[in-house]
Amino acid sequence: MNDNVEILKQLSETNGVSGHEKNITTQVEDILKEYTDEIKYDNLGNLIACKKGSEQDGPKVMFAAHMDEIGLMISDIEDEGFLRFTSVGGVDQRTLVGQEVTVLGQEELQGIIGAKPPHVQSANERRKAYKMDDMYIDLGLEAEEVKEKVRIGDVVTVKREFEELKNNRVTGKALDDRAGILVMLTALQELKNIDHKADLYTVATVQEEVGVRGATTSTYGIVPDIGIAIDVCHGTMPGVSSEDAAELGGGSAIGFGPHVHPKMFSKLKDIAEKNEIKYQVEPSHTPRGTDAFAIQVTRAGIPTALISIPLRYMHTSVETISMKDIKRSGKLLARFIRELNDEFVEGLQCF
Amino acid sequence: MLLKKLTEAISVSSQETEVRDIIKEELADDVDQITTDALGNLIAYQPGDESKPTLMLAAHMDEIGLMITDITSDGLLSFKPIGSIDKRMLVSKKVVVGEDKVTGVIGAKAIHLQKPQERKKVLDYKKLYIDIGAKNKKQAKKAVNIGDMVGFTTQYQQLGDNTAKAKAVDDRVGCATLIQILKNNYDFPLYGVFTVQEEVGARGATAVSYDINPDLSLVLEGTTASDVPDSEEQSYSTTLGQGPALTMRDGAMIANKDLVQQIIEIADREEISYQFRKSTRAGTDGGTIHLTKEGIPTATISVPSRYIHSPASLINLNDFQNTIKLVDQFCQELATGGLSSCKIMM
Repeated sequence: MNDNVEILKQLSETNGVSGHEKNITTQVEDILKEYTDEIKYDNLGNLIACKKGSEQDGPKVMFAAHMDEIGLMISDIEDEGFLRFTSVGGVDQRTLVGQEVTVLGQEELQGIIGAKPPHVQSANERRKAYKMDDMYIDLGLEAEEVKEKVRIGDVVTVKREFEELKNNRVTGKALDDRAGILVMLTALQELKNIDHKADLYTVATVQEEVGVRGATTSTYGIVPDIGIAIDVCHGTMPGVSSEDAAELGGGSAIGFGPHVHPKMFSKLKDIAEKNEIKYQVEPSHTPRGTDAFAIQVTRAGIPTALISIPLRYMHTSVETISMKDIKRSGKLLARFIRELNDEFVEGLQCF
Repeated sequence: MLLKKLTEAISVSSQETEVRDIIKEELADDVDQITTDALGNLIAYQPGDESKPTLMLAAHMDEIGLMITDITSDGLLSFKPIGSIDKRMLVSKKVVVGEDKVTGVIGAKAIHLQKPQERKKVLDYKKLYIDIGAKNKKQAKKAVNIGDMVGFTTQYQQLGDNTAKAKAVDDRVGCATLIQILKNNYDFPLYGVFTVQEEVGARGATAVSYDINPDLSLVLEGTTASDVPDSEEQSYSTTLGQGPALTMRDGAMIANKDLVQQIIEIADREEISYQFRKSTRAGTDGGTIHLTKEGIPTATISVPSRYIHSPASLINLNDFQNTIKLVDQFCQELATGGLSSCKIMM
């Protein structure tokens, strides 16, 4: 594994369910601090790492990638020690049965998600998908021990080792949006010895999966001139056409739609073309779905863009992306920062 | 650790090489004679006093899995099950494909793109694919072949004091038990057979028991435990921690009553806890062994396992140890003549 793949592996395997981002925050701070001048946190826990530009009072640009992930939360502990649970964020309940999980109780505990066994199901039940209400977590421990170590409200993630696949593709949990964190890192690496006027705020946001909440407060605090959300978008696969998705390995997906400032869209596209960075356009008919939604309407409005990494099997534990797209996106964003000047920023107010 | 080694090996029915090699190596110094037959069954023989009954202990090496049946133009792999699998369990899992163990994942269309009605439906094999990262058919074909077997990659892990998590405990617990037994010396002719293709219809056992034609046979298995929520106690079949499970009857065999009675007496005398398998469904190698030639008195002793035939099962390690103990006592009894074949033949 090369260094950035190794970093993504660590990010993917670290736990950080929305509202419980402490473990992942430590990881991200470690990664970003080498490339930034100042790190601070706001009241929600957003990690704000700033790399100063060469110009006093230069433009302020905010990159936002969310570090939280979807997960589960313990809702009840049965007498025999089995744990009932609910979801945090958009979880497809059909992807849960038979998963190994980590319960973040008083200590980290390993378990398995079980459901009513097939042999006690009626033929009719067997034809239906499993529902979360019918599932439980089995820690294989005595009930007493479970009750000592687990509380209602403890969060749970699927346990999944990150792996490299063929063709520079990788798979793991929470690549939505740890891939975005790696894009920010890649951009910072590209900018390391390069002069740029703008102050760059790389923000690892919290609570995106439960309603883009971290982006709401961090944008308010930073007051950027430009905000760029970095997230994942759906990748094409059988049953998912290119109308709804971008191609894995097909390049950085530049978002377009209500959530994107048209001049930002054009600028990013121009830079990609000029620098021969492979890209694709990702149109969206709704502003929803990423931190861009919150950034755009902060204070009196922020010119916003969205860069996405195509990803297959979103919100499962086997999310799959191409490392090439991460690299291209990082490069694209670095070139954008390098070229950015006051004139362009002022122009964003003129329609 | 033997059980870790055995459960982490991948040997989907008819491709049992990995487990067979582990067992061969494990027994090389302990067993007089190790052979294989035309189907791939591994037969370990320990000679002994031939005036005593010949016993065949059987444990199957194979496990459930998947088989690659097509490669799409997108480079994704279609598959079908080998053995009995609840297909609802497959999505969002990591697998390895073929002898080179190419990593792949079974993905699903993102929840965001599903209609509410779709979310309630079971994903059928036609809608499931293994993604190894290949971008097209040509690239995929370089890494895998149609017909390659697919296994899960769960690692063995102990949870708490007595519980272990692993894949394929059905029937690597049986294999581990049999290996332990074969390391002891008993003075009677003992065949330890590690069978192939149990999960697709006890095919290995059919051939090997014809060849050996023992006087008695014990099948060592992993069996369903469903002592879990939403299952009534009478449906538990077996319960973790209550000891080895004895089968009176399953879908393929009515166990030899006298043989079971002997086992019960031994367990009672040695104070080894045991339980009865309550389900009458499913079958084991015993189903074909007991019908071999003119019939062979056969019984099954199993280690209870939750979430059997899924990527990750749980067993109680005391149950496993007690199973070894019970089979060992049975063999000792046979060796000392306390258990005669005529007594058992009814």
